Amino acid sequence: MKILVNGAWRETQREELAGALEELGYGGSVVSTAVNGEFIAAALRVRTVLAEGDRIEVLAPMQGG
Amino acid sequence: MPLLYQIDVRARLMLGTARYPSPAVLADAVRAARAEVVTVSLRRESAGERAGQAFWSLVRELGVRVLPNTAGCHTVKEAVTTAHMAREVFATTWIKLEVIGEDDTQQPDVFGLVDAARTLCAEGFEVFPYTTEDLVVAERLLGAGCKVLMPWGAPIGSGRGLNNLFGLTALRAHFPEVPLIIDAGLGVPSHAARALELGFDAVLINTAVAQARDPVRMAAAFAQAVEAGFAARQAGPIEPRDLAAPSTPLIGTAFRG
Repeated sequence: MKILVNGAWRETQREELAGALEELGYGGSVVSTAVNGEFIAAALRVRTVLAEGDRIEVLAPMQGG
Repeated sequence: MPLLYQIDVRARLMLGTARYPSPAVLADAVRAARAEVVTVSLRRESAGERAGQAFWSLVRELGVRVLPNTAGCHTVKEAVTTAHMAREVFATTWIKLEVIGEDDTQQPDVFGLVDAARTLCAEGFEVFPYTTEDLVVAERLLGAGCKVLMPWGAPIGSGRGLNNLFGLTALRAHFPEVPLIIDAGLGVPSHAARALELGFDAVLINTAVAQARDPVRMAAAFAQAVEAGFAARQAGPIEPRDLAAPSTPLIGTAFRG
């Protein structure tokens, strides 16, 4: 299915968020996630089921003022 | 310095981590500033580049406390969600809450700020709101549960210093027990010294250090200025007056009488 990851369309074979992140190359990264604007804690990623067209945000530490 | 949410922070100079010429210069600037607290943010991570992972390793090696921000958020919803995400990534309940209301000046949307602060404080966050010098807004933020305020000196990155001395002085006088940290707009060390002389507890500097020709040297200069400003405040400055008051005693002056 196609999902929107950080503003870009990506294809994933996995239905749950944790698997999709792994498939998309985020495995082992320190990131935080949101699906359709709602924060999804790391512990909940394995049971968060994605749907076609979901908007995923994958955020990581960055410089800030 | 008064405790910041039960944490004893000694260094009155806090440093932002953005816009440095290189990670190495950032690290050297943090050391030169003798900063104990640095601000950080969250941004979209590319799986290929993993830029965030390298940055986070650098910050952890510095051994400083991080204050994540919600920079770039324009709505309460965005700010609250970003705060949740930051709490997980940075493993801290501290959040520098920014809800931007106007792009050209980066002026806080103080209405959204109070709403977001109320939500986050109720959820156990320790909120450092980026606000204006407005007394009523400050009162509302404290009522929402904030125990620290971060009034702006001037628009972010402008380097203009303390734009509204009267307003900031009134804020300090009105809330003598609340930790107040000047956030944004300072350009040179004398601005920071002035803030401490006025009784503010600390300053947060980013652009003025990061974009200086020599950021490490500028960080050290700010550290000295903050120390001087605080010492001056403790020492009790004289009151300004309109007419001269000769400092040399006039009694026994030669050629008189």
